[in-house]
Amino acid sequence: MSWSREQMVRRAAAEVRPGQIVNLGIGIPTEVANYLSPDLGVMLQSENGLLGMGPFPYEDQVDPLLVNAGKQTVTALPGASTFDSALSFAMIRGGHVDLAVLGGLEVAANGDLANWTVPGKLITGMGGAMDLAAGARRLVVLQSHAAKDGKPKLVSTLTLPLTALACVDRVITELGVFDPAGDHFVCVERAPEVTEEMIRRSTGAPVQFGSPLGS
Amino acid sequence: MNKSFPDVRAALADLLRDGLSIMSGGFGLCGIPEACIEEIARRGPRELTIISNNCGNQGQGLAVLLQQRQVKNVICSFVGGNPDLAEQYLAGSVAVELNPQGTFAERIRAGGAGLGGFFTPTGAGTMVASGKEVRIIDGRPQIFETPLRAHLAIVRAQIADRFGNARFRRTARNFSPLMAMAAEVTVLEVDSLVENGTLDPDDVHLPGAFVQRIVHVPHHHDTIEFRTTRPRESP
Repeated sequence: MSWSREQMVRRAAAEVRPGQIVNLGIGIPTEVANYLSPDLGVMLQSENGLLGMGPFPYEDQVDPLLVNAGKQTVTALPGASTFDSALSFAMIRGGHVDLAVLGGLEVAANGDLANWTVPGKLITGMGGAMDLAAGARRLVVLQSHAAKDGKPKLVSTLTLPLTALACVDRVITELGVFDPAGDHFVCVERAPEVTEEMIRRSTGAPVQFGSPLGS
Repeated sequence: MNKSFPDVRAALADLLRDGLSIMSGGFGLCGIPEACIEEIARRGPRELTIISNNCGNQGQGLAVLLQQRQVKNVICSFVGGNPDLAEQYLAGSVAVELNPQGTFAERIRAGGAGLGGFFTPTGAGTMVASGKEVRIIDGRPQIFETPLRAHLAIVRAQIADRFGNARFRRTARNFSPLMAMAAEVTVLEVDSLVENGTLDPDDVHLPGAFVQRIVHVPHHHDTIEFRTTRPRESP
């Protein structure tokens, strides 16, 4: 049984260490916040200028001038701070964000990430994706293992436009957890009942099974 | 020196012309200078270059200028959820220059700070790097980005004094103080205008040196793009 969307999100939440400064990308990564215990003391960064982002507000707390990077209304936790965009991206680019969790379209075995545009589709713009991918100290990508048509999304070389070079530390898919290792991926964890063969078949690069070096 | 004008008509009267480059603060519709944008739409200058993170969303804010075909160039980081821009971009009537958001902010900051540009790893090896100088710095390829400046900046703050010292509210600050620094003339649209001395100097986000004109606009629509809430826990 591969992981459900919720199980993938929970697995991504397990990547977060106590006291970290974390940026969660728009879409599924945002849901990681739902599984972070307040005891962890994690501060969520939103690149439009907020550190210490809290949950969605109660109806009577809504502030139109307090939104996240997806332009959803949010709250600010005790200890929060707000700042301008240059400072926000200094935080990101200067290596002061410990972990970013982003969605992905393709990840290459050398850690290259594609997640901002698909040729032929309407361009939306990269927003903060290139800055987060290049600047966060650790980058975890949360994505499906293959496209709907079966095309692998873990590949030897990207076919889609690059977001950032050699930036991905870990990929979490419905099949398991994979670390880019140069010319191959290391599968460090498999979802229950998912076989090595199933993973090999749907991955576009060599996969080595077992613990990554140094862990 | 009195920088305050009775209304946006007066504040923008002699500034608007065809071919102007305009920086507009705001993230989507959050913290946009609504009254200034309305006045630019009313006056109707054309061939504008708009420098703004999203150039308005969902038919509001700066999107009105697009609908009225007043815009020739857009420099931004994100165009999603902005059908007016997408349509004119595809038709070739508006040129769009996409920047990574941090590069966008830093280019504006560099423009305001008198810098000649900067090198950054963001965008190295990507479409963004096309035609740009690359250097290996600290072992990483980094690309050269140029400063951004504009003829006019329109920004909105929560409160300012008559010298133009300003404070912003929550995430409405975003690009506004940077843009105020990077334009020949900055028009500040404020919810509250107070006498000098009211703001504690330590609480000023944007010193008045970067503000040339001030307009008091007490009411704003503050449209919410995505109103997300949670239910109260039952007792």
